[in-house]
Amino acid sequence: MSDFSEELKGPVTDDEVETSVLTGAGMHFPWLQTYVETVAIGGKRKKDFAQTTSACLSFVQEALLKHQWQQAAEYMYSYFQTLEDSDSYKRQAAPEIIWKLGSEILFYHPKSNVETFNTFADRMKNVGVMNYLKISLQHALYLLHHGMLKDAKRNLSEAETWRHGENTSSRGILINLIQAYKGLLQYYTWSKKKMELSKLDKDDYAYNAVAQDVFNHSWKTSANISALIKIPGVWDPFVKSYVEMLEFYGDRDGAQEVLTNYAYDEKFPSNPNAHIYLYNFLKRQKAPRSKMISVLKILYQIVPSHKLMLEFHTLLRKSEKEEHHKLGLEVLFGVLDFAGCTKNITAWKYLAKCLKKTLMGNHLAWVQDEWNSRKNWWPNFHFSYFWAKSDWKEDTALACEKAFVAGLLLGKGCRYFRYILKQDHQILGKKIKRMKRSVKKYSIVNPRLSY
Amino acid sequence: SVLEEFQMEEFKERCSQCAAVSWGLTDEGKYYCTSCHNVTERSQEVINTDLIPNTQIKALNRGLKKKNNSEKGWDWYVCEGFQNILCQQAEALKNLGIGPELKNDVLHNFWKRYLQKSKQAYCKNPVYTTGRKPTVLEDNRSHSDWASEPELLSDVSCPPFLESGAESQSDIHTRKPFPVSKASQSETSVCSGSLDGVEYSQRKEKGIVKMTVPQTLAFCYLSLLWQREAITLSDLLRFVEEDHIPYINAFQHFPEQMKLYGRDRGIFGIESWPDYEDIYKKTIEVGTFLDLPRFPDITEDCYLHPNILCMKYLMEVNLPDEMHNLTCHVVKMTGMGEVDFLTFDPIAKMAKTVKYDVQAVAIIVVVLKLLFLLDDNLEWSLSNLAEKHNEKNKKDKPWFDFRKWYQIMKKAFDEKKQKWEEARAKYLWKSEKPLYYSFVDKPVAYKKREMVVNLQKQFSTLVDSTATAGKKSPSSFQFNWTEEDTDRTCFHGHSLQGVLKEKGQSLLTKNSLYWLSTQKFCRCYCTHVTTYEESNYSLSYQFILNLFSFLLRIKTSLLHEEVSLVEKKLFEKKYSVTKKKSRSKKARRH
Repeated sequence: MSDFSEELKGPVTDDEVETSVLTGAGMHFPWLQTYVETVAIGGKRKKDFAQTTSACLSFVQEALLKHQWQQAAEYMYSYFQTLEDSDSYKRQAAPEIIWKLGSEILFYHPKSNVETFNTFADRMKNVGVMNYLKISLQHALYLLHHGMLKDAKRNLSEAETWRHGENTSSRGILINLIQAYKGLLQYYTWSKKKMELSKLDKDDYAYNAVAQDVFNHSWKTSANISALIKIPGVWDPFVKSYVEMLEFYGDRDGAQEVLTNYAYDEKFPSNPNAHIYLYNFLKRQKAPRSKMISVLKILYQIVPSHKLMLEFHTLLRKSEKEEHHKLGLEVLFGVLDFAGCTKNITAWKYLAKCLKKTLMGNHLAWVQDEWNSRKNWWPNFHFSYFWAKSDWKEDTALACEKAFVAGLLLGKGCRYFRYILKQDHQILGKKIKRMKRSVKKYSIVNPRLSY
Repeated sequence: SVLEEFQMEEFKERCSQCAAVSWGLTDEGKYYCTSCHNVTERSQEVINTDLIPNTQIKALNRGLKKKNNSEKGWDWYVCEGFQNILCQQAEALKNLGIGPELKNDVLHNFWKRYLQKSKQAYCKNPVYTTGRKPTVLEDNRSHSDWASEPELLSDVSCPPFLESGAESQSDIHTRKPFPVSKASQSETSVCSGSLDGVEYSQRKEKGIVKMTVPQTLAFCYLSLLWQREAITLSDLLRFVEEDHIPYINAFQHFPEQMKLYGRDRGIFGIESWPDYEDIYKKTIEVGTFLDLPRFPDITEDCYLHPNILCMKYLMEVNLPDEMHNLTCHVVKMTGMGEVDFLTFDPIAKMAKTVKYDVQAVAIIVVVLKLLFLLDDNLEWSLSNLAEKHNEKNKKDKPWFDFRKWYQIMKKAFDEKKQKWEEARAKYLWKSEKPLYYSFVDKPVAYKKREMVVNLQKQFSTLVDSTATAGKKSPSSFQFNWTEEDTDRTCFHGHSLQGVLKEKGQSLLTKNSLYWLSTQKFCRCYCTHVTTYEESNYSLSYQFILNLFSFLLRIKTSLLHEEVSLVEKKLFEKKYSVTKKKSRSKKARRH
């Protein structure tokens, strides 16, 4: 390595652009960093203050990693001095680092409590005003974690009304987040009230009062949340609760608009949940099949292993269009590509049925399309002798479905199929015989023989 | 006859009414006679820029506050700041057991000499008056006391100009070396708390060694060297690092009224520990600048003599006492124990002083190489022999087993180093008195400080109080080896019989080979030796260098260089006579 470092030393000192290319390529050379630093400070020795504080930071991080909260607190004690660093760049970065590490320590430290955390958060909010909102928000989340809803809400309200000269205008998305979290807390209260309401009889004297309460709450909440979810981002819990409230008050169009926007707006990051929410909503609304298919089609492209894919398959099967039938087969193959789905009996059952139906419908080409890319690895992945044995032991029904598929795809000579066939099972006997006949007739291996 | 003397001068005129010498301060800041209550014309300005009797500090402070001058504090000069630091350091050295003469005579005189040589005081044309109008004295009658200027000009060797009655008083208050006009005061105070901070940080004068905070340690070391005290440079710097000697943030012990900000920050704010080579260089620089005569001889009974230092370091690293004979032999052969070689003579043609500690350690390394070769091979086979012998002869004095020593030292060293690194990471650099650039920054700096203190207070409750023991007491030893400790074998009493053999009257090392740490020395006149590239050397050699350089807190390459220099001396004759391989029978003779 020393030779290598010698080679690199040249470009590092001569041309700093080169270094950034080297490190930017995803490679990490710890020794390179020191060279770069030496270059940056013109070959001067780094001050011991800078050296020890950065060593101190590593010690804090190491202690945190090892869950040594006490040690972490000890090093943190010394690390606070970076707030007084004469290097203005480091001094400005310090509050955020200290907040992150300090709050982590206080979250886990056995001697810490909510009060300590509150004091720390309040102090840190005022060290570097730039972090005020961020810390307020995380502080509120901490309180939520400890079930202190009221305090969390008060905290968020304080943050919402916080003003600090020029910084006020640059609060950006944080203020929306804070408002949205406030909205989420209101939703929580609303949701509880709603539960109460559902338990009450309509004739109950308290009914009207509670109902009124429920209505009042929703108003504020929707205003708080709606601003946030218009900004591109992943806002799942907010969207979900917002839609729930809209639906509750019968604003279906509003709900659909929110969900459609959340799922289809290109500015938003790709988010499977957005499509799931929309699909579930459409399902609840008993929307036409074609609409639901088009939603799930997108989900299929993002997460082909999602459990909704089986529902997607059912929808496609029921469809009249031939291309949907082909897609249905494709979806099943896709699901079973994933290790997590290998024991999903429904998937195998669907695939067995679907294969048989496809082959009966003379669509051998569709099957071959799918099979060609898998024939190299599926036999070992699904249909090994080992799997035959263990599947049969664990779940004979699953083994039967898989054996059928194996027979269809690999022919009656395949290990998995033969193993299951050999098993003498009284109840399944008939089924296995039927399976054997079908395999003989439809297996894609040497198809000419089946005609 | 102490530093204090030139730091302070008491108002000691006789009272015009009752002839007593007993003065107090009125609330208006004027002197009054405590026996007859006669109030003089002398006002506090005189005191402010001139004399500050310690007994009257309180009264003085009160007076200043009244004048609403406390924000600005006293008028003071940068050199007084350094003087204060030197005083603190001298005091700390006294507490470490160094005789009071060091502070009272040696350091004091060095410093006076420095002020004189750098034309800051005790001379005819103090450097400061150049930028200021010489009319300073005239606009204020109270400065009349400075009419006694000839005193300042008196030779350093003259008897002290104060009676020793002032001795018991604080070191802190210093006499202004030169007067200052009030106008310039308000100008400069914008950018520094000291009167000359701005000017000082810009001043560059050829041939004059400018005072810096690291330079104070050079003064300390020079004084220690003059007194031939039992403290090496590495010890001194380690005590600094362990906070036994004021250095980092020494300014926070300045008197309350000596305000620091602006440029003072760059002059007195220190964010690094002293570096061995740097202080070593500065020591020579200062010694030469002060034009000091030859230092007292370093003879065999001095702590700094290699024979004694080698013994000390052999004990420190748990090596057999018997090795001392060999180190003494090397010292003799190389002439490194000679008085002329060891004694610092700043006015000699090539002023240089010996790095006593590094040299002693290098001698030990050379002896280890002579005995064990340290080629990652021979030392282990010799260890096997020793191990077998010790198993068979359990009652005899055990043979020194290099492997066992290595295992024990490695563990002890790693632990020590880990602790040292942790302690460094935990070091608190920032002073209680924050340094700020200007009055505008002041509240911000103080607020930051307060915030840090509050955060620390909060986190201190989360820290195990038993874990944070107080600072350790200073010791010249870092390791402690005793026969009683069963976990950690003490090798002091072990014998070298396994690695030596008799031949006639003399003992020879069994190992007859040797390799040189450096093959080539620079032919040019530069002092540097071929650089130390760790991976080119055996692991044993690396370990030993790491161990010793950690003990001295120096760079490994510095020790390697010193080892090479010792070898050069040791094998020089052999080289010049025959150009054979680097063997030396002489060296092996016991």
